[in-house]
Amino acid sequence: MDLSAINPVLLIASLMVAATPLLLAAIGELVVEKAGVLNLGVEGMMITGAIAGFAAAVESGSPLMGFVAAAGAGALLSLLFVVLSQIALANQVASGLALTLFGLGLSALMGQKYVGVKPPAMGRIDIPVLSDLPVLGRILFSHDIVLYFGIALTAVVWAVLKYSRIGLILRAVGENHEAAHALGYKVVKIRTLAILFGGACAGLGGAYISLIRVPQWTEGMTAGVGWIALALVVFASWKPWRALLGAYLFGGITVLQLNLQAAGVAIPVEYLAMSPYLITILVLVILSADKSNAPASLGRSFHASR
Amino acid sequence: MIRLEKRPQPSRAWSMATPLVAVLATMVMGGLLFATLGKNPVEAIRTIFWEPVFGEFAFYYRPQLLVKGAPLVLIAIGLSLGFRAGIWNIGAEGQYIIGALTGAGVGLAFYPMESWIIFPLMVLAGAFGGWAWAMIPAVLKTRFGTNEILVSLMLVYVAEQFLASMSLGLLKNPEGFGFPGSRNLQQYASAHNGEIIAGSGMHWGVVAALIAVIFAYILLNRHMLGYHIRLTGEAPRAAKFAGVKPARLVLFCLGTSGALAGLAGLFEVSGPSGQVSIDFNVGYGFTAIIVAFLGRLHPVGILLAGALMALTYIGGDIAQGNLGLPSAAIQVFQGMLLFFLLAFDLLTNYRIKLGTEGAL
Amino acid sequence: MSTPPLLTIEGLTKAYPGVVANDHVSFTIGTGEVHALLGENGAGKSTLVKMIYGLVKPDSGRMTLRGAPYEPAEPRAARADGIAMVFQHFSLFDALNVAENIALGMENPPPLRDLAARIREVSETYGLPLDPFRTVGDLSAGERQRVEIIRCLLQDPKLLIMDEPTSVLTPQEVQILFQTLRKLKSEGTSILYISHKLEEIRALCDHATILRLGKNVGECIPAETSARDMAELMVGTALKTPERGVREFGDVALDISGLSVPAPSAFGTALKNVHLTVRRGEILGIGGVAGNGQDELLSVMSGEVTCARDAVKFDGAPIGHMGPTARRALGVLTAPEERLGHAAAPDMSLTENALLTGSVREGLERNGFLKWGATRAFAEKIIQAFDVRTPGPDNAARSLSGGNLQKFVIGREVLQRPEVLVVNQPTWGVDAAAAASIRQALLDLAAGGAAVICISQDLDELMEISDNFAALNEGRLSAPRPTAELTVDEIGLMMGGAHGMEVAHV
Repeated sequence: MDLSAINPVLLIASLMVAATPLLLAAIGELVVEKAGVLNLGVEGMMITGAIAGFAAAVESGSPLMGFVAAAGAGALLSLLFVVLSQIALANQVASGLALTLFGLGLSALMGQKYVGVKPPAMGRIDIPVLSDLPVLGRILFSHDIVLYFGIALTAVVWAVLKYSRIGLILRAVGENHEAAHALGYKVVKIRTLAILFGGACAGLGGAYISLIRVPQWTEGMTAGVGWIALALVVFASWKPWRALLGAYLFGGITVLQLNLQAAGVAIPVEYLAMSPYLITILVLVILSADKSNAPASLGRSFHASR
Repeated sequence: MIRLEKRPQPSRAWSMATPLVAVLATMVMGGLLFATLGKNPVEAIRTIFWEPVFGEFAFYYRPQLLVKGAPLVLIAIGLSLGFRAGIWNIGAEGQYIIGALTGAGVGLAFYPMESWIIFPLMVLAGAFGGWAWAMIPAVLKTRFGTNEILVSLMLVYVAEQFLASMSLGLLKNPEGFGFPGSRNLQQYASAHNGEIIAGSGMHWGVVAALIAVIFAYILLNRHMLGYHIRLTGEAPRAAKFAGVKPARLVLFCLGTSGALAGLAGLFEVSGPSGQVSIDFNVGYGFTAIIVAFLGRLHPVGILLAGALMALTYIGGDIAQGNLGLPSAAIQVFQGMLLFFLLAFDLLTNYRIKLGTEGAL
Repeated sequence: MSTPPLLTIEGLTKAYPGVVANDHVSFTIGTGEVHALLGENGAGKSTLVKMIYGLVKPDSGRMTLRGAPYEPAEPRAARADGIAMVFQHFSLFDALNVAENIALGMENPPPLRDLAARIREVSETYGLPLDPFRTVGDLSAGERQRVEIIRCLLQDPKLLIMDEPTSVLTPQEVQILFQTLRKLKSEGTSILYISHKLEEIRALCDHATILRLGKNVGECIPAETSARDMAELMVGTALKTPERGVREFGDVALDISGLSVPAPSAFGTALKNVHLTVRRGEILGIGGVAGNGQDELLSVMSGEVTCARDAVKFDGAPIGHMGPTARRALGVLTAPEERLGHAAAPDMSLTENALLTGSVREGLERNGFLKWGATRAFAEKIIQAFDVRTPGPDNAARSLSGGNLQKFVIGREVLQRPEVLVVNQPTWGVDAAAAASIRQALLDLAAGGAAVICISQDLDELMEISDNFAALNEGRLSAPRPTAELTVDEIGLMMGGAHGMEVAHV
């Protein structure tokens, strides 16, 4: 065992990279849940985004095109969830599971010819003075643009939910869809937009895994990150900044256990690999007592009957 | 303009018809999918649905139907109890793995002793393993209100790691020349879940699945507990008013589905699969979710749906061999089925009205 | 009316499958007029106002607002035309604060800080004080109504629609509301006032339109018409008032003492030191404004919420720790307020719903196995004895009308020969004929020696059937008093009076 092989600066920098897919997916799902919809299809949308982004990046040679395609693919898949949950009024839990099962199959099918392919690399931002700072420069100022986008998105979602009228309407729809309808708000339309946003975010998160974090394509490579993102929304108590905190926490655990594996700690590899999932459960247990922030209409179907 | 109108009560006719409509729609859409993959859609569909049952080599595939269908039905029956009550165990895959590990573990512990008692003990151990694994989300839900969906799912990943650790460590075949994986239980008579009638595909797991179907049917239609399960799913507050203790129901539903998934794992590892290995699980726990819904959470429906889904597995294998259809295409096909089913389910509770009068 | 017409409605018709909710309804509301829309539950009042407010489109007919055709496509359009509405079941968001709730009901709300100032100003002017930054879920029913009213007033409405506004108020609060409404009227605002309470309409309204089964069956000037005449127009036939008969009170059957229970949810009500006793043959009426602990009190008596053993006693024996099944076995039966989803499962058949509470006392199971034949017979017995209109016991609960389902739910408990029966809002949303038969059934039950507790927000109902009256206010129960001795003012005070609300500065 050689713990000195773990470089704290690199650890923190890679923690941020590991946290970004989680953060993107969780922020998207947070908005969806704020609108009163529970979409359990995050894992399916992420993996679809992962392959769609990977394929687009490889074919076009531009990682950025990959991210655009991934967001589009995630949103497209979430449109299926819209059809099931908002139009056909199917049970949201079942619809979300359907989305995940379908997405896993679809991505495997789409990804067949991309196994073993190397994607174009995403450039890192290079800010003249800041990036060259010792320690801080490596940790804070020399990442790819999508990582910063994730943080910016958190800030935007927080501000929109808290201060804007559209945010207020979104919260109102999630809180009491009957009352929102009675006031003349289009519940289904607002929820549809939220779900599409959530899909696009999950797609981005998936592409971040396949294009930057790993970067390559393997079947089922999201390995439950979508589910952890769902848990993260509960952990965050539906608050964007807490989702950021949670994502970094989980990113940290993931990176740490990988580093410990590499350093050859006496704990078997399998038990280290379990740790993110076990810690997710632990966190859920600790935080489940307080559900007071959950949107009141979460998971309930809405149909404008008389 | 199309609008929806809620029926005064659910339509029984549509409730029966939607699975069929969904299967037909999936065949059409699946055909289109296969066509875009450059395969002849008619031939592909024929290969999947016809070949295994009536084709040239049907004598070989028909027993396979039981082999693949039994775990699906066994798991789906358990899941359906919980789904009916709004208790979502989606970690059956994990319970399946743990059941296989505990069951096989008990068997291997006795090696090389031969005794009739070994296999029954393995069955008990398998059911216990699945049950215990499912009790984790159950107890956390009843004690702390933790979401059982996320916990049961997280435990799948934990179980997979555990499986890897076991097949590389404790259960590794000491005479296996260092290869991962346990001893082959097919070569250990007392622990082997062999065919009851040679060449039929009928092993003890099939018997267990049929018993589970009958048990679930009686439970849901003739017993107070089944009534309470249905009532809780339909109207949780009314169930509490009727005297149902929700915590007890959570423990029962998750426990039963875990035990059945564990049994399925044990029967698989001691029979068709034969050994504990890293990739021993093939996703039955997840496919069973589709089976449960496709069977409308009804025991008899699940039996039929399990058979159909087994057909797509076998037919998919044939299509892979004969037509080069990728196995992932079958996964997409199965996912599609669940989609169409949920979408068409709308017709059970709503009427679709065409017309311009009044916008609701 | 001498005032110029504000809104004219001609031949408005709206049909739903199986029922014509409005059949060629016509009337006119004058400027500055308080116009009553009077009718029983199910007469079509709600559908009519939803059409005026743009929530429902009429099948045929015309509306004219200030001389111009008026066809609101959605509530937003109605609000733009100066029409505002206070809903019966408030369209409020519990987790949001007062100002946010009000902003949601406005087209172009000012920034929150300015809005808060405006809310303070308007609420003071109309005598309805309100803190803009309080969370709505923590407010009382009367305060929640104020949020709705102020939301409307901030938009300078020309027509204010109020749907059953007094059902959540104490008599004192009603007086304050009326002063506010009169002030609005004096400023030229028209009010469409929907109610089935005749005395209120006589006190407040200039003109009344009466609906029955979706049709316009008459108009009158309430001040010049007797309540009896209006009632007959509304109901169609002269109503038989239930017969109380003379009853002897026996021993104490149910005894609750020193009962305190924490609030079940964030916006629920805690019960605080509740004492009550009810004797065999007695009907105890429990009044109070919605949300003051009615549901919580019922769930403590049904056994859904358990408490200390000795806090609830039946025939002197402690039952506080028992669940619903054990209590039913003893004969303590209950019927909750919410029919669909609590008292009955909407998608299950009437047979299955009969089993919901009947399994113990009717012997519908043996060793856990169900006797469907006996259960079906029990359902049929309820349907017949209580005149439940349905094709048969195989129909789903949700296919029944509110009144018929309520008869089924009450009948299910009454036919099990209860020793104690507790009902919550037994005639809520039920037409007059069904309400009368339910009240008669409760009276008969008491006459037969059962102890009955009737929790209701309908004071007329409680006056009619109860021997003693107590009121719930913020989870506290007042000491019961003989109903016959009580005046409306005293009842109002028992319910909490004006809850510290100021009288309008008119």
